[in-house]
Amino acid sequence: MSRNAIELQGVEKFYGGFHALKRASLSVSLGERVVVCGPSGSGKSTIIRCINRLEKHDGGRIFVGDVELGDDLRNLDAVRREAGMVFQQFNLFPHLTVMENCALPQILSRGTRRKAAEENARAYLDRVHILDQAEKYPGQLSGGQKQRVAIARALCMRPKIMLFDEPTSALDPEMIHEVLDAMTELAEGGMTMMVVTHEMGFARSVADRVVYMEAGEIVETGPPKEMFGNARDPRTQRFMSTIAASA
Amino acid sequence: MNAPGAVYNYIEPQLPPHIARKPLLKIVFGDFLSATLTIVAIAIILSILPVLNWALINAHWNVASPAECQDGGACWAFIRAKARLIMFGLYPPGEQWRAVAVILLILAMILASLSPRLWNAKLLAVWATAIGVMLILMGGGIAGLRFVPTSKWGGLPVTLLLAVLSLGLAFPLAVLLALGRRSPLPVIRSISVAVIELVRGLPLVGLLFVAAILLPLLLPAGWTIDKLGRTLAALTIFAAAYLAEVIRGGLQGLDDGQIEAAEALGIPYWKMIWHIVLPQAIQNVIPPLTNTAIVMVKNTSLVLIVGVFDMLSAARSATTDPAWPAPSTEAYMFVALIYFLICFGISLYSRHLELKVSARAHG
Ligand SMILES: Nc1ncnc2c1ncn2[C@@H]1O[C@H](COP(=O)(O)OP(=O)(O)OP(=O)(O)O)[C@@H](O)[C@H]1O
Ligand SMILES: [Mg+2]
Repeated sequence: MSRNAIELQGVEKFYGGFHALKRASLSVSLGERVVVCGPSGSGKSTIIRCINRLEKHDGGRIFVGDVELGDDLRNLDAVRREAGMVFQQFNLFPHLTVMENCALPQILSRGTRRKAAEENARAYLDRVHILDQAEKYPGQLSGGQKQRVAIARALCMRPKIMLFDEPTSALDPEMIHEVLDAMTELAEGGMTMMVVTHEMGFARSVADRVVYMEAGEIVETGPPKEMFGNARDPRTQRFMSTIAASA
Repeated sequence: MNAPGAVYNYIEPQLPPHIARKPLLKIVFGDFLSATLTIVAIAIILSILPVLNWALINAHWNVASPAECQDGGACWAFIRAKARLIMFGLYPPGEQWRAVAVILLILAMILASLSPRLWNAKLLAVWATAIGVMLILMGGGIAGLRFVPTSKWGGLPVTLLLAVLSLGLAFPLAVLLALGRRSPLPVIRSISVAVIELVRGLPLVGLLFVAAILLPLLLPAGWTIDKLGRTLAALTIFAAAYLAEVIRGGLQGLDDGQIEAAEALGIPYWKMIWHIVLPQAIQNVIPPLTNTAIVMVKNTSLVLIVGVFDMLSAARSATTDPAWPAPSTEAYMFVALIYFLICFGISLYSRHLELKVSARAHG
């Protein structure tokens, strides 16, 4: 297969009359790590949510692996299997233990047997160093622990691509690094990742490419060094200098 | 650590703070409010005394003939004499062990279902089987059991069956109505709203009349549905409308992120509803759910107006025995006690569930 892991061609998205994505085009190749940044309301969440079809795009084409997103429900299942998602607010299931959070989705969407699902869950919980909390409920964990469980839960579905929407924005500063560490380890394992984040340290050390968005447009993409040091577009330069100043 | 030569500043021992002692009279009649409360309390105690006197001291527990109950004390002997009638209605006396078995089976099933851990499809199947067994036990006609028509069913088994079945059948209906009311499809949404609002706008008594009297007239000739069945249908749809609104409240309290996470994990819609959405929605509304359950248990007593022989009707008919002098207070108190035990049990259980949920949320 020669296709990219993710391919967006002139994607348009409207919320009512509001134009949230304007002819957004982007390709992410297998094993590539892409960081998306941009000011609030620029469409970062929208673009990520269109990729696993939590939002429907209104124009252009989106391919995930071999599959084109459209109204075909079988394709939807295929895409959801392909792409795992980690949310800013964790979105763990509060009525289930950590173990059940990781095991139940495998059972429900893949028909995995419970025993295999739990074994798999244990393996991934161990990978994000949180196996010792397996029998607790999410309400009993810290934010950083919750986000690591959320990562393990997504990994349990064995996705080829991982999407992260501001995974550390809801965390207290002292917990950010444990989540970034887990993500870095994941990147080292060769996972294709698309991460919305303003953690420039993470972008510098992990990203192959940084995408800058503003007002629904992809303004510029490039390697982190270039984007942070000498971006071509003045809009990118302005944004990069403001976050460099605040960091 | 105690470093050598350290200087300690001991706190001087002190007497406990002085509490001003008020004379009893001042506490009880000190100001206008306490005086009023005292008088009201005394009045209440005094008014209860004759009741206690009637219920316990002058009461007759054991009498050789009903005439002994003439002198005004409570006649609990009447309950002893009529217990079978109140508990089982007109159910044939020789077959009453079957009614007892049904009561025990219901209680056993409820006890076995208390732990939320066991709430799964298997338990549902067990319940369905148990209900089938209960209906066979009550009705007979197969397995060598004498046939007993539903018109002969009565008393506590009918009350319990109506309560359990109406709530049990109403629940899935209520879930569908609640989901339908939030559906993005206008047709489904309007149907759900119409059913919920129509049923909530009708008094239960009216609905029972429609089911018991009007429905047989409306059905094509040759169609008959058992009266107990029609009554059950009316109770079910009534409970469903109220439960639907309670569950809708629970759904509204659910974070959208939960559904997005389930979708992103590829969990199919109905499995998501069953495993992710409903458990949380229900947890959010345990108190109003309990409330509706209790109201519905008591509502089953209204079936008496369409001639279904529940426990209250049975007690009423027991009081019409001319041999006993005016025993209706005793009969109603006895029935009230049984209703109270059921409803209080539901209350205690819901408190237990709530504590469990909150322990999980803030461990
Ligand atoms: N469901 C919606 N309905 C209407 N407008 C929406 C909806 N979701 C997003 N928007 C709008 O679309 C624009 C882009 O939103 P998006 O969430 O993608 O921004 P973002 O770049 O992720 O911002 P943030 O950094 O604040 O998360 C915003 O102006 C937002 O108000
Ligand atoms: Mg966002």
